Amino acid sequence: MEATATPQGLRRTRHALDRFGDKALYVITGSAAVLTLVIIALIIWKVVEGAWPAINKFGISFVWSATWNPVMEVFGAREFVLGTLLTSFGALLIAAPLSIAIALFLTELAPPSVRSPVGSLIEMLAAVPSVVVGLWGIFVLGPFIRADLGPFLHDYLGWIPLFATTPQQTGVLAAILVLAMMMVPITTSICRELFLTVPRDVKDASIGLGATRWETIRGVIVPFVRGGVVAGITLGLGRALGEAIAVTQVIGNSLRPLHFSLFEPGNSLASQLASSYQSAPTNIEISSLVYLGLILLVITFTTNFVAQRIVHRFEKQTGAR
Amino acid sequence: MEPTFSLKATGRSANRLRKNRMAEIGAVVAAGVAIGALAILVGSVLVKALPALNLDFFTKGPAVFGETGGGIAPAFVGTAMLVAIATAMAVPFGVLLAIFVSEFASRRFGDQVRLWLDVLNGFPSIVIGIFVFALMVQNKIPIIGLGHHQSAWAGGFALAVIMLPLISRTTMEVLTLVPNNLREASYALGVSKWRTVLSVVLPNAISGIVTGTTLAVARAAGETAPLLFACSIFGQVVQTDPSVSVASIPVIIFEYSESPDTNLNSQAWAAAFVLIMFVLVTSLISRLVLDRSRRKLGAAS
Repeated sequence: MEATATPQGLRRTRHALDRFGDKALYVITGSAAVLTLVIIALIIWKVVEGAWPAINKFGISFVWSATWNPVMEVFGAREFVLGTLLTSFGALLIAAPLSIAIALFLTELAPPSVRSPVGSLIEMLAAVPSVVVGLWGIFVLGPFIRADLGPFLHDYLGWIPLFATTPQQTGVLAAILVLAMMMVPITTSICRELFLTVPRDVKDASIGLGATRWETIRGVIVPFVRGGVVAGITLGLGRALGEAIAVTQVIGNSLRPLHFSLFEPGNSLASQLASSYQSAPTNIEISSLVYLGLILLVITFTTNFVAQRIVHRFEKQTGAR
Repeated sequence: MEPTFSLKATGRSANRLRKNRMAEIGAVVAAGVAIGALAILVGSVLVKALPALNLDFFTKGPAVFGETGGGIAPAFVGTAMLVAIATAMAVPFGVLLAIFVSEFASRRFGDQVRLWLDVLNGFPSIVIGIFVFALMVQNKIPIIGLGHHQSAWAGGFALAVIMLPLISRTTMEVLTLVPNNLREASYALGVSKWRTVLSVVLPNAISGIVTGTTLAVARAAGETAPLLFACSIFGQVVQTDPSVSVASIPVIIFEYSESPDTNLNSQAWAAAFVLIMFVLVTSLISRLVLDRSRRKLGAAS
């Protein structure tokens, strides 16, 4: 073009180009942001839409109704909700103290040459896919429960209803242990990072006052990072609640009501979905399964949201320090 | 004889020391138990994988019914394809999103996007599966007209949704680490904002993008639940057409692990071994890259 040959013309086209470029980049990146929010909304919308026929038919009482009868086309989520809560909180009870203990071991007790390799190893184990943990659950953990751990618990603690029946290869206990196995690396690495943030002089002051190491841990280190630890464990819990594959592999996927004994097979929201979504024959059963997914979404959403809030408050707190 | 004083703690002090000792032993035992269990997990994958790890395993399709041998070549090709599709969708999207939040958006909007990305990251992957099933498998996708059956496109899209928050969160983190005086220097030279972002800010953040991507690839390669819905009914041969369903390593592990055939069981272990190795190596690489970039950017600012 002729106009661009002069210096003024060049400047003008560059200005125009810059203005256009700025605007274009703003629009392109902005639409990526908007589209992401749209996708999240769409996920929620599609799940609600899929569950709608079941919501219409069974209403909110679906959540605490116990029957799941594909033949009579009567569905209720209670057993699955209980199964999800039981396996996840069971795993939490095992994993939380273990993770905190490992994190304390790695930050306070272990010799320095052990700390960082073991720490990174555990962090890497958080990336092991759940299907592999489930595979291990079927072929290594399952037989171990049936042949060794189960009989031991049954013989010594059989008077507790939890261990009252004959141990089997698949069941709720296997699911709890597999979930705990998946939670430990996640929560341990979060706790470890938190414990590392406790300033040295605070710890030294406590030791200097004559406190033992345990008293320092209880009185100084743990209170310092309490919020973060709770949040980290809650995040791990969120993972366990939504875990479908590994649980499906080991829990036994039974449709009978949840048994008191941990050795009996059970089911959870996610495992029921994963194991029967494709074979579901009727629309109302599919819709009921999606309703299970919706309940799961609400539970995990709430858990993660609570964790976020705790993290947020915690960050503010430490930021103010 | 002079009276001798014992330096041994007595009474309350002894109690405190005993308690301390018990707590320490407890922590060591707990660490031992957990690390032992994790070691057994990795060890048993290694041991049980060995019998099935041979050349056929990597190059051949499944054996004819009743015969031993054979391999899972279609699953390797399939997983590579699914992850490639997912990466191609999620990386540009995640990076653009991160640029918007760190360079353009107001603080409030940025915080909102961050929050929702974390929420998305916390969605159970099986719910993503339901979503993609309803969107791309149950119905034809509007406009493109694809779908109404399982496909690698659907599987790849599901994995992309899972990868997106991981990629954009890491990219955001690194973008905020890029020192502001680099941006200011660029503006002072009369460079426009878009040129600054593309040729000053982004090149400095490239390692963060690489880290986020490798982490996300490691996670996506092992995802099973969404693929059950989007991409799990497949044939026995290597399939390279993304508009039909393809085999994948995690789905193969899931199916073979529930098979009564011991030959398939040991192939599941071998596949698990390959998957674990892939995941561990990729996350190791990403960790190294991230450490280096943090040091570099940390030193610059």
